[in-house]
Amino acid sequence: MIIAERKPMEEIKQLIVPYRKVLVAGCGTCVAVCWAGGEKEVGILASQLRLARSVERNEISILEATVERQCEREMVAEIKDKVAEAEAVISLACGSGVQTMAEMFEDKPVFPGVNTTFIGMPEREGLWVEMCGACGDCFLDRTGGVCPIVRCAKGLLNGPCGGTRKGGKCEIDPEKDCAWVLIYRRLEKQGRLDLMRNYYAPKNYRAVKRPGKVQAAKA
Amino acid sequence: MRIMNGHIVAFCCEHSAYPAADSAGRLGLHYPENVRVIRVPCAGRVDLIHILKAFENGAAAVLVMGCEDGACHHITGNTRAKERVKYSEILLKEVNIDGGRVRMFNLSPNAPHKFVRAVNEMTRITKESGR
Repeated sequence: MIIAERKPMEEIKQLIVPYRKVLVAGCGTCVAVCWAGGEKEVGILASQLRLARSVERNEISILEATVERQCEREMVAEIKDKVAEAEAVISLACGSGVQTMAEMFEDKPVFPGVNTTFIGMPEREGLWVEMCGACGDCFLDRTGGVCPIVRCAKGLLNGPCGGTRKGGKCEIDPEKDCAWVLIYRRLEKQGRLDLMRNYYAPKNYRAVKRPGKVQAAKA
Repeated sequence: MRIMNGHIVAFCCEHSAYPAADSAGRLGLHYPENVRVIRVPCAGRVDLIHILKAFENGAAAVLVMGCEDGACHHITGNTRAKERVKYSEILLKEVNIDGGRVRMFNLSPNAPHKFVRAVNEMTRITKESGR
C-alpha cells in the first residue's frame, strides 16, 4: 500500500491562513491503514485546527469528509456538496488523491495534508517499511522475493556490496538487514542458490515512462 | 456553543473511577463543582478525538480515570488509555495548548479519597495556568 505521513501542524496551519471555511478530506484506503489520512485522522486534524484557531482567537469552520478512495472520480464526486461549501480543501490522501480532487474541483485550492513517502507494508504496529520502488521492471523472480532496488541501501543488483556487518546488517544502517543476505538466505531455503552466481546487467530504468500509464488489455 | 466552558471533564471507567466518584458523593466528600464526570465502559474507550472534542467544547482540563495497573476489567484498557493520553499531550502541544491539561489517573473503586485528590490536583493545575 501507499504510505504517507502527516505534514507538520505548523505547515498545515500556514496553508489555510487566509480561509475561514475549510474541508478536511480523508481517504479510507492506504492512508487510513498507515494512520495518516483515514476518517479518524480527519477528525483529529479537524479538531486540532479548530483548537489552534480558537487559541489564536481567529475562529474557523472545519468540515470533515472521508471517501473510500480519493483517487477515483466516482468516489470523490460523493463529497462535491461539501467541497462546494468550503473555501479550500486539505486532502489527507496520497499525491494521487490530492490531484484527483484538484482536477475535479478546479476552482478550489486543494492542499496536501500528508507527505506521500513510499509503497510499503506494516512491519509492526505503527511502523511501515518500504518494499517496492515501482520501477516498472520487476526483479523479484531472481531474488527470492526480496527487492534489492529499495531494500538495499545502495540499490545493488549484484550484491552484497562487501560492507555487510556481522549478523547480516547493512553497513549504512546497522538497524536494517542487508537485503542481499536476506536474498541469499531465501534462495538457500528454496534450493536456488545458483541464481547468486548470475551477473545482472544494469537495470533499464526507462521501462517506466513518466508519467506512467497502464492500459488494461480489455478496457 | 461551548458546553464545557472552563470545566474539568473526567472520563471515569465504570469499574473503578465511577464507583469511586459515587462513593465520594455518598461520603459527602467535597470536590470542585466544575468537574463533569462522564461514565465510560473502560478508560480504553476514551479515544483521542474525545479528549480533543472536550477541549474544543471549552474544557479547561481532561482527566482519564481508569483501573489500577494490572486490574483493568478489560485487561489492557487502562494501558491503552495511558498511551492515548500521552499522545494527546503531543497533539495539544502542536496547537499551543499546555499538554499538562490532560492527565491519566489510576484508581480502584474503593478509593473515593484518591478520586477527590486527583480532581483537586487538576483544579489546582488549571487555576495556576490561568484557566
